[in-house]
Amino acid sequence: MDHDLNGLTKEKYAAVADRHSAGSNVVKNCALAFVSGGLICIIAQLFYDLITCSAASHIFGEIDEESGKTLTVMFMVFLGVLLTALNVYDEIGRVAGAGTIVPITGFANSITSPAMEYKSEGFILGVGSQMFRVAGPVIVYGTAASVTAGFIYYLIR
Amino acid sequence: MDILLKYLSVFAVGGLLCMIAQILLDKTKLTSARILVLYVVSGVLLTAAGVYEYVVKIGHFGATIPLTGFGYSLCKGVFKAVDMYGFRGIFTGGLADVAAGIITAVFLALAAALFSRPKSKKI
Repeated sequence: MDHDLNGLTKEKYAAVADRHSAGSNVVKNCALAFVSGGLICIIAQLFYDLITCSAASHIFGEIDEESGKTLTVMFMVFLGVLLTALNVYDEIGRVAGAGTIVPITGFANSITSPAMEYKSEGFILGVGSQMFRVAGPVIVYGTAASVTAGFIYYLIR
Repeated sequence: MDILLKYLSVFAVGGLLCMIAQILLDKTKLTSARILVLYVVSGVLLTAAGVYEYVVKIGHFGATIPLTGFGYSLCKGVFKAVDMYGFRGIFTGGLADVAAGIITAVFLALAAALFSRPKSKKI
């Protein structure tokens, strides 16, 4: 017993403990993220297929591909905001993990959640600035990457 | 059968992209904000390299709804604008294609802040 402990450094112990405690959790978390993320994308695909199908064109008129895609993104953002405003999204997120963070509904949640939370600090420096806590970096680095890609494309096209 | 296969690939691609993020969350010290930034930038780079177009062809909304799809739209938008307007397209195209998502989110979030209040955090 004593001999075993001597060979067990702090790092080794942490590694072993990690393997035993988190091992099954990682698999479970991955499965939950996979299913929930997949389902959210299915909802988007369903919405798009419904509004662009021939039966729907009698009601809304003909919706072309680009408009359909834009409307679908707007619908998913709406869903994300609605579920956040109803205080449901975080509850789902507790189970689904990254499955609710990565889709565009999670982006909507990342804007809505601090907007609601920081209302107590006023509408300018509270709501107005805090809503970009996560979305801000996403937009900043996404835009920077797109300008870089665009510049290279401009030179080599 | 065709439609079943389509929905299956939407589910698989969307699920896979979320699962990769979950692995990064669990196995690295990356926060969710960093992962989202990583996803958007990867989306831009993969689209610029011509890879993501294939992912979208297979996964449809399974590829465009995850945040990599946000990067895909940014990059596609900027390429389209460069084709149309030349130099100034570099600075106008990116946000044009994702504007609907951002504007809807900002507007509705403001409405949510006005009309809803967060549930007090359980301790």
